[in-house]
Amino acid sequence: MQLTGMQFTAESALAGNDIATLPDFPAEIRAPAGTLAGVSGFQLNFSSSEIFTAGDEPNVLVAMNPAALKANLEDVPPNGLIIVDREAFTDANLKRAGYTSNPLSDHSLDKYQVIEVDVTKLTTLALHGLGLNNRAVFRCRNMFVLGMLSWLYQRPTQSTIQYLEGRFKKTPDVLEANLRAFKSGYNYGETTEMFASSYEVPAAKIKPGLYRNITGNAATALGFVAAAVKSGRPLFLGSYPITPASDVLHELSALKNFPVYTFQAEDEIAGVASAVGAAFGGAIAITTTSGPGMNLKEEAIGLAVKVELPPVITDVQRAGPSTGMPTKPEQADLLMAMYGRHGESPIPIIAAATPADCFECAYEAVRIAVKYMTPVVLMTDGQLANGAEPWLLPDADKLPEIKVEFRTDPNGFMPYSRDEKTLARPWAIPGTPGLEHRLGGITGENLTGNISYSPANHELMIRIRARKVAGIAQEIPPTEVFGDPNGGDLVVLGWGSTFGPIREAVKQAREKGRKVSHIHLRYLNPLPRDLADQLRKFKQVMVAEMNMGQLLKMIRADYLIDAVGFNKIQGRPFKVSELVTRIDRALEG
Amino acid sequence: MATALTRKDFVSDQEVRWCPGCGDYAILAQVQKTMPEFGIEPHKVVFISGIGCSSRFPYYMNTYGFHTIHGRAPAIATGLKVTRPDLDVWVVTGDGDGLSIGGNHLIHVLRRNVDLKILLFNNRIYGLTKGQYSPTSEVGKITKSTPAGSVDFPFNPITVALGAHATFVARSVDVEQKHLGEMLKRAHEHRGASFLEILQNCNIFNDGAFNDLSDKGIKADHQLVLEHGKPLIFGKNRDKGIRMVGMRPEVVTLGQNGVTEKDLVVHDETNLALAFMLGNFEAPMPTPVGVFYAVSRPTYDNAMNQQLEEAKAKQGPGDLAKLLQKGDTWSVN
Ligand code: SF4
Repeated sequence: MQLTGMQFTAESALAGNDIATLPDFPAEIRAPAGTLAGVSGFQLNFSSSEIFTAGDEPNVLVAMNPAALKANLEDVPPNGLIIVDREAFTDANLKRAGYTSNPLSDHSLDKYQVIEVDVTKLTTLALHGLGLNNRAVFRCRNMFVLGMLSWLYQRPTQSTIQYLEGRFKKTPDVLEANLRAFKSGYNYGETTEMFASSYEVPAAKIKPGLYRNITGNAATALGFVAAAVKSGRPLFLGSYPITPASDVLHELSALKNFPVYTFQAEDEIAGVASAVGAAFGGAIAITTTSGPGMNLKEEAIGLAVKVELPPVITDVQRAGPSTGMPTKPEQADLLMAMYGRHGESPIPIIAAATPADCFECAYEAVRIAVKYMTPVVLMTDGQLANGAEPWLLPDADKLPEIKVEFRTDPNGFMPYSRDEKTLARPWAIPGTPGLEHRLGGITGENLTGNISYSPANHELMIRIRARKVAGIAQEIPPTEVFGDPNGGDLVVLGWGSTFGPIREAVKQAREKGRKVSHIHLRYLNPLPRDLADQLRKFKQVMVAEMNMGQLLKMIRADYLIDAVGFNKIQGRPFKVSELVTRIDRALEG
Repeated sequence: MATALTRKDFVSDQEVRWCPGCGDYAILAQVQKTMPEFGIEPHKVVFISGIGCSSRFPYYMNTYGFHTIHGRAPAIATGLKVTRPDLDVWVVTGDGDGLSIGGNHLIHVLRRNVDLKILLFNNRIYGLTKGQYSPTSEVGKITKSTPAGSVDFPFNPITVALGAHATFVARSVDVEQKHLGEMLKRAHEHRGASFLEILQNCNIFNDGAFNDLSDKGIKADHQLVLEHGKPLIFGKNRDKGIRMVGMRPEVVTLGQNGVTEKDLVVHDETNLALAFMLGNFEAPMPTPVGVFYAVSRPTYDNAMNQQLEEAKAKQGPGDLAKLLQKGDTWSVN
């Protein structure tokens, strides 16, 4: 099902539609098909106007078995289209999904348009004569459905055909089977009278330029590569596989010629530790993880804070605590990134808002890290990681400068002397004659870094590092207000992947005449210098986030602004409708 | 250049802060004395350590140094060595740092065969935290945290390293200056992860743990010096040896019961089974010192850099503009 969804996304993007996706796949990779735990879904929203979310409610639900129907039915609006594989609604499958009667015949689906298709039978017929066994035929069912959907929404089919040709190059019989299933599905849609008409979705009006479709994890990987190339240094990734971050490791492993070093470490700690070591040696060093790994990395991040080396730590957040729901997004690691280390240990934090935005944020994280000589945390989440959207390709030559200058002059060298403006210490890498020095986690004397237990020096060093990180605010661009820059009744403040639903909800509320605006933060530490003033222009401040109110706490504590929270912790993004209802209530209450 | 280097080039300006009489002083002195012989200038050398008494080591070397966090030095060193194969990277660790909190990193760095020189100072006690038993302390050991005696079965660093498929495994003793110098040279010569256990006296919390190996009067009877290609002979009068009875080793006396040198086991550094057997020697068998095992295997850092070179040769150097435009693209006008 994931494959079908990705391919349909690609088709839609090629058709010039704006897209947003929400893959929703089970944590149990081999969960028995047909049980609720094993439902693998893929939600896609495409539109001829600009869209920001994967859609609250799918207009079409394709359910390949009763479990898939049961798991997703509540999201389908009345009169929505449901396509089911009729043959899969056997007594055994119904029972496994927990149905006591067949929804296809008990009138429980009367408020929807239900289309029953014998997908299995039709696929079998289409593949007749190819000599495939039942199992192989069964696998082609998704292609039949993809063909049907492609017709229904008039998607171009060329990219799918090319994709299949590439993927099954070595197995011509499998290729033939998939192509046949895909084309039969398409033709079935066209010839059958089941679909009243096909939907044509015209191309959306989006910014001109060259586009490609990209997931957040792929964009993150590319952002890091771009930053390394721009800085003229090799990229080093130390990482331990973890859902939903592993794709960054996969993407980067294929780019060795850039050069990119990928080190699959023995554990999360070794992942970040190796990055600290690579940063010591002068590489653009990164590590990638998700919440459980983030916990384990904190001590090594604290070391990087203390010795002022610039690895970038990516936390692709997932629902927690503990194992939680590994494949579901959440934003509950913010305070861990802020405060999760012992001692005073400030660290810059950047959060991506959309899949394509992961590129810019990864790039920016590296830029800040090496400019200020500090580790930086980049926060994305499972929804961004696996979700896709069209990406207006940046011009490689016009990316912001990333200047890496290693110290080479031994004259007057001190490991903790500082740049006046940024307070960055010099990056003095091993191999440079005359700069031999020792870094360490023990409190060091100002300038020399020599071990020091002087009470005043300890405080001085803590304050210098804090000032350095706070000083990054000097180059954070002014806060953009969507809506009324001069203030209004309500501002919804968000960060990370909630961008889409918040922007859409605020848009809808404004269309109804509400004086509501939206501010979305990329920089979470330090916060933009003008943020407090911007927020104070509004009568009410609402912080919407997928946690119990973590940014909310920061805003209230830092600014003494009486903000309220809107929180959802269900491993699912906000629905636009939920936000609109909440906005209405705030403004009517 | 090599001739110009002296011990002084490797001595930092930092005051050494180990307890007076600590075995670490002897190790530091020997390392500083031996380094010039490698002909590598101090700026090309990096010492990385974790936490513990031994881990203060980098501060005293006038090279690049990094005193990191508990147990993680091998991982930090791996990131450095892989991206900077031009550097001579050493890891200094202890029995707690390397075998307890950092055991995982140690075994993985050994199996990967990253080209690092790893010195594990084994004093069989926690010194820095003031005297708790360590993963190499013997069962029954009375310490602050084991007033009734430790019930914790210890690790043997040598067999742990062998079990992790280390390609170079050796042991020496802090005060055996000449032998230690030789072992440092052998460890440095080796391409790949070199594991050198150095038995080190903590005179504050575990004094005399290795007396039988360091006391002039008795050490010859307890120490079995391993030399490749030579029979296993030891003892003050060099009249004791190791002979196999079937699969079991035993101590025999030369000249007694017709035993001659020919009956003794000949040391072979490339024989893993022999290395394991010697690694497991404990009283009443003598304690072996020297190189247990040394074989050649591709190093991780080299193999990885080779893959990068091959990728570059095959695909050309990375082209960012092309990479960004990979896959299906479309134009919006
Ligand atoms: S506690 Fe023991 S190992 Fe540590 S410095 Fe003192 S004598 Fe040496």
